[in-house]
Order: sequence, then C-alpha cells, then structure tokens
Amino acid sequence: MPPRSHTAYWAWFTVILILLIVAPLVLPEFWRRFVTEILIWGLLAMSSDILIGYTGMVSFGHSAFFGLGMYGAAAALLTVKPANLWLALLAGLVAAGVVGAFVAFFATRLREIYFSITTLVFSQIFYVIIFTWTEVTGGENGLTFSQPAFRIPGLVDFRFTPASLHWFVLAVVVLSYLLLRRITQSPFGMVLQSIKENEPRTRAIGYHVERYKIVAVMLSGLFAGLAGVLYALQNKFAAPDFVFFVVSGEVVIFNVMGGMGTLVGPIAGAAFFLVLREVVSRYLIEYYLIPVGIIFTAMVIFLPQGLLGFLKRRLNT
Amino acid sequence: MEQIIIQTVNGLVNGMILALVASGLTLIFGIMDVVNFAHGDLVMLGAFVGATTVATTGSFWIALVVAVLTIAIFGALLQVTTLRPLLGRDPLTTILATFGMSLVLQKYAIWQWGPTARAIREPISGQFTLFYLQYPWYRLGAALFAGLIIGALYLFLRRATFGVWIRASMQDRLMAQAMGIPVPLVHAVVFAIGAGMAASSGVLFGPLAGVTHNMGFDFTLRAFIVVVVGGMGNLGGSILAAIFISLLEAYASLIVTPAQAVIVSFVVLILTLLFRPTGLFVPTPK
Amino acid sequence: MILRLDNVHTYYGKSHILHGVTLEVGPGEVVGLLGRNGVGKSTTLKSVMGLVRPAEGGVTFEGKSITGTPPHRVARLGVAWVPEDRRVFRLLTVLENLRTGLDRAGVDEARKRRLLDRAFTYFPRLGERKHQLGGTLSGGEQQMLAIARAMMLEPKIILLDEPTEGLMPRMVTEIRQIIDALHREGVAILLVEQNVPLTLDASNRVYIMEKGVIRHQAPAADLRQNMSVVHEYLGV
Repeated sequence: MPPRSHTAYWAWFTVILILLIVAPLVLPEFWRRFVTEILIWGLLAMSSDILIGYTGMVSFGHSAFFGLGMYGAAAALLTVKPANLWLALLAGLVAAGVVGAFVAFFATRLREIYFSITTLVFSQIFYVIIFTWTEVTGGENGLTFSQPAFRIPGLVDFRFTPASLHWFVLAVVVLSYLLLRRITQSPFGMVLQSIKENEPRTRAIGYHVERYKIVAVMLSGLFAGLAGVLYALQNKFAAPDFVFFVVSGEVVIFNVMGGMGTLVGPIAGAAFFLVLREVVSRYLIEYYLIPVGIIFTAMVIFLPQGLLGFLKRRLNT
Repeated sequence: MEQIIIQTVNGLVNGMILALVASGLTLIFGIMDVVNFAHGDLVMLGAFVGATTVATTGSFWIALVVAVLTIAIFGALLQVTTLRPLLGRDPLTTILATFGMSLVLQKYAIWQWGPTARAIREPISGQFTLFYLQYPWYRLGAALFAGLIIGALYLFLRRATFGVWIRASMQDRLMAQAMGIPVPLVHAVVFAIGAGMAASSGVLFGPLAGVTHNMGFDFTLRAFIVVVVGGMGNLGGSILAAIFISLLEAYASLIVTPAQAVIVSFVVLILTLLFRPTGLFVPTPK
Repeated sequence: MILRLDNVHTYYGKSHILHGVTLEVGPGEVVGLLGRNGVGKSTTLKSVMGLVRPAEGGVTFEGKSITGTPPHRVARLGVAWVPEDRRVFRLLTVLENLRTGLDRAGVDEARKRRLLDRAFTYFPRLGERKHQLGGTLSGGEQQMLAIARAMMLEPKIILLDEPTEGLMPRMVTEIRQIIDALHREGVAILLVEQNVPLTLDASNRVYIMEKGVIRHQAPAADLRQNMSVVHEYLGV
C-alpha cells in the first residue's frame, strides 16, 4: 500500500475513534445508545463480510449466530449467580461456535445457492425452536436479565454506567476490527479472496479449500456471536426476533451497500442504514425501504463493490 | 386413524397449492439459473390483487384471472429489467438481486394496501362431513384447481411448440439459440408463467390463510425446500416433493404444534442435501 | 460471397484466441478449415454464429453485417451450426430435436412434412428412432441428428465442426456422402476438421489456420497435389 494512503487511513481511524470515545460524554442518552448499537450491528456486519466479501459465500443465516450469542449470554447470566461477564461472553461464543460448526460442515459440501438456502433454513430452525420452546427460552417474550458487573478479580470491580458500557463495547469492536483486519490481510485472507474469485483454480493450485472455508465460517460465526453477546449486555434482554430472517437480511444489506470485502464498508453501511431508518421512519414508516431496496438491487447489478469500494477505487487511482 | 386420513387430505391440499408455487420456481431456476428469492412475494402480490379485485367485482374467478394476468405481466417486466442483465453472472449476485426485489415488493405492498391483513371469501361455501369434522368443499376445490393448472402446464411443455422451446432452452441454452429459438423471449415468458402460477396460488390460498404483506417469506422458504428436495429444474420432482413435504408436515402436526411441524421440512431439506443433493425424486445421476 | 470474416479478433475472457481471421465462403461452396487442436477453429465458427462476440473485425452474411447479432437471429437468417460435441437435446425425442429447427415463422405444415421426410430419407436410422430420446442415441446417430436438425433450418450455409470426430470409418463415409448431398442442393458448408484426407476430398477450397490466424489458402485440388504445405502446418 502506498505510504500516503496508509497514513491517511490511520489518520481517519484515529479521528473516528476519538469521536466514538467522546460520544457518550456529549450525546444525550438516546443517541449514545444509538451509537453503541451502531457499533454492535457494525460488528455483526463485519463478521458477515468475512463470508460474503472475502470468501464469496452468501450467508442468510447470520441471525442464528447473533441470536445464539445473545441467548447463550442470557443463559449464563440467568443461571450462574452472581452474574459473571466473562462467563456470559464465553457462553455466547460457545453457543455461536456450535452453530458455526454445523454451518461449517455444510459449507464444505454445498455450492453457493444451496449453501445460502441452508443457512436460511438453519436460522429458521433455531427461530422456531426458540420461539416455541417457551419453558427454556421464554418463547415469544424472550428473556430478561440484569447487567453483570465488570470484574477482574483483584483489579477492578464496578457496575457499568452507560458511558463505560459504551467504552467496553467500543473496545471490543475496535479490537475485533483490528484482529479481523490483520487476518484478512494475511496470507490466509488472500487465500479466501482467491477462493471467492475462482474456487476451482485455488483448489487446483493446491489449497485445501474446505479447511479455509471451515475456518472462515467459524470466524464469521464467532464474531457474530460476540455481537450478540454485546447486544445482550447492552439491552438486557434476548428475543426471538433477533433470530428471525429479517436480521440476516439487514446484515446482507449493510454488507452490499457499505461495500463487501472491505470490513469498514459494512460498518459504514450499518451506520448509514440505521441512521437513515431512525431519521426517516418518523415520517415514512417503512416506505423508505422501497427506494432503498431499488438502490440495493441496482447496486448489486451495477456496483457490486458497494459505496465504499467504489470510493476506495476512485481514491486509489 | 381418522386423524391420519384427515391429515392426509390436508397434506394433499396444501401440497397441491405449494406445488403451484414450486413448479414456477423450479422452471425459472432450470432455465435461467436464477434462484428467485422474491417468488413468495409474487404469491403475496397475487393475493392482494386478487383480494382487491374480489372486493370491487365480487367475483372470485374474475379476481383469479386478473391477478394471474397482472402478476404474469409484472413478472415479465421484472425479468427483462432486473434479471436479464444478470444472465451469466455468479449465483451470489442473482440471489442478492432477487433479495433486493423481495424487499421492494414487500414494502410496496404495505404502501399500496396498508398493513392490515385482507381476506378473500371462498367461492364455494359449504362443507361435507369427513368423520367427525365439517370439511370445507373449497379446500378440495382449490387443490383440484391447482392440479388442473399444473396439468395444463405439463401438457403445454410436452406438446406446444413454445413448450418444446422451453425444454430445449432448459437443456442447452446456447444450442437452443443456435437453432433459432428466441431464448431471451423464452426466459421472459417462463418467468411470466412462474409469476402467474405464484399469483394463482396466492388467490387460491387466500381464503384458507388470509392475505398479509409478509406471507411471501414463508412461501419462498417452503418453495426453496421443495425445489431442492425435488431436484432443481425438475418439474415432476418438485410436485412430488411438495406433496411429500406437505404430507409429512400434516402428520407431524398430530404430534407437535403446527408452528413446530415446519421443522420437519427443514430436516428433510438437510437430509436431502447431505445424502441426495440432486434431489430425492430424481433418478440417480449417471 | 455469402459469408465473410474480416480481421476478426475474439477473446475468451482474457485469452486472445483469434488474432485477425479473414476468410470467405461462396454460395454453395464447400470450404475446409484445417488446423491443429486449439488454434481457434471452433471459435471461428462460434464467432460467426454470434455465440461469442468479436472484439474487433466483422462478420458479413449475404452482404449484411452480423457481427454481434444474437445467435437466434443468425440462425433465422440462414446460418446453421453443428457443434463439435453435437449437443443434441438429450431429453427431447428425435422428432422434438428436429422440431426445434422446423418450428419457424412462415413454414406451413406441408413444408414441415416435406423437410421431415427428406431428413428421414437421408437418415433412415433416425426415422426408425423418431420417438427415442436424443440422449439414448449412439455417437454416430447423434451426429446424424445434429446434422439433420441443422438442415431443418433450411440454411444457406452450414457450419460443421469436426463431424467425423470419434466416429467409425463406416460412419465417416456416410458423413462424406451427406456433405456431398448438401453440396448438390446448393448449401454452402464451412467444414472444420482434423481429418485431412476427408477435408481435401470434400472441399472446393481449404484454409489452414495456425494460432488464431489464417496462414494459407488454396484450392483443395492444389493441396492434394502438394501435401507438403499441409504437413508443414499440421505436422501430420
């Protein structure tokens, strides 16, 4: 990467990071919460980008990872007293990981369309189970629980304030971003992209495509589950709505409109979309989705790199 | 025992109506490699158009015709504008594009018809006694009618010139073109047929389940499952699969709640993908 | 000239296959196109048919440009293609295969009957298997079907891509006879082949292709006298 855009990148990164750190101190509570939510959805969208943008597999089932991360955390927070933050994290990740293992198994056996349909079906299976197994999952009403304290034995122990929770989420999301960025720019990430571009050729060169796909799915699923845990922590409830297909669909929209294969793009897409929905839905309810949908479809056909990818290309030349 | 027979009838009825939707979807896939994510929404649009027409004209049959024609033409327009540019692109893109279409159609429906559910009154009222139940005649009528439509499609594909064109284009698009078959036109017509059949399913099914703007998703999901289990592009297979899955679900709902019975179809899909990915009702590929 | 290619450049993705092909076929002429595997002979035919679009150069048929014209229009104009792998419609019957060429505007039932009868006269074995699925025919029968199907279009020129490939010698003779019969009817033929003797025997003129360009052109009679040219390019 030419040095000039490298510094520009880190400059932008720092500016935005500072803005996000300062946010809870200057924004009213409603918008503070909103920004935290954007971060969480951004993480979810980023996780999906690993599959769509880098490996070329469209997952319509990310709501399953997200939802199970949420419910896993809920389970830990409700069953183990005193509520333990780290246990919740672990439980959520394990739950998402188990789903990830299932999906990974199918990822290696199915071609694109069948894979996408299967992920859709999977998330619906989980939705139905969660929705109907009322004794365990709370059914339609979901589960509510209280926020655990941030406790590192011997070092710190405090209850989250809105600001500190925001910073916690920010820290997790930023770390995740940096980690994913590292991974996608590593040789491993290059192989994923090569799989997206031309799977038979990648296989012919000698790469064990199945193994790469499995890792990609697990990565994607774990980070999506992490987003689910964060959501549970922020909102103190888990509901089956988050396992329903609509969530998966929205994630795909963030990915496409923000720019697949850029990691940052999906976050930007999430931010853009959520702000749009907030601002516009007061007046137009859901109708704004009509032009959004048309633009989305047009972008898929004519501008597959998304807004950010398009800009990136423009700036790089 | 009576329960089983009742559920068999239910399964067959649902199966026929699902077959209407699935056969359109499988044809579309077979001929242009498009997995139409918006197919269920075409069912929904057909149902709404039908409901509105019934409200204005009072006639179910006029509503059926109007809905089918409107959505068929709409489908052709959609194919020409949105899907034709995608021919030859990767499956990822077509899935995303039809997903976008689905979004637009669903929100359009809310805008056009409002968020409340509609109802379509059945054209044939009255029931007959099936064991201890009063079973509506309409259910049988709807299934029969669906069967007629599918039968007509089958004859069309077998005998009519355009039917031969469709079958040739499904098997070898390039060679069909080299034989002078206007394949772009065939694509548009097949999509129109698929859309029309979906619309008819929406209207036929309307009296049974109501008309809501998000009913499409369920149809799309089930149709996908049927098409995969029956074998993509295999018309006979998808009809058998539709009936098979609907029967299984009907029997399952004797044991679990109907909401949970859908898991049966999911499981069938997953088993099919694992062990016979080309389709359960397809002869083993050579 | 009814068919003319002028400096045609065609790509498959990034591969530059045809580097400026120029050739022509006169009405009723049998023109051979010889060359080693992979030089671009099939691509040349596909470029004519509109199955691939030339990046540069032009294709003219009966004086009108057909460069980039969609294949189904090219077929309707009077160009028929018999591909290298035959590509019969496997799940259609023999009769239905033939129908794909018969069912055109301006052809009444009587003419369809005549065309079918003629096809079955030329290819009696096809007549015996009218209702058999295309995919169940033997290799030779499929080749017959592919040619018969092309004839249903009543073409002015037939693009024949390696019709004798993989066939038994007896069938090769039959193909030879078909080519002659078509020639007698005034149908032009652009014959791509690896079988050199057959090509030299059946054609009026022959082009030799190498690496995407025409290297040599001569009346078939001349080449029959002087085989060294052929050996030079084809290493046969």
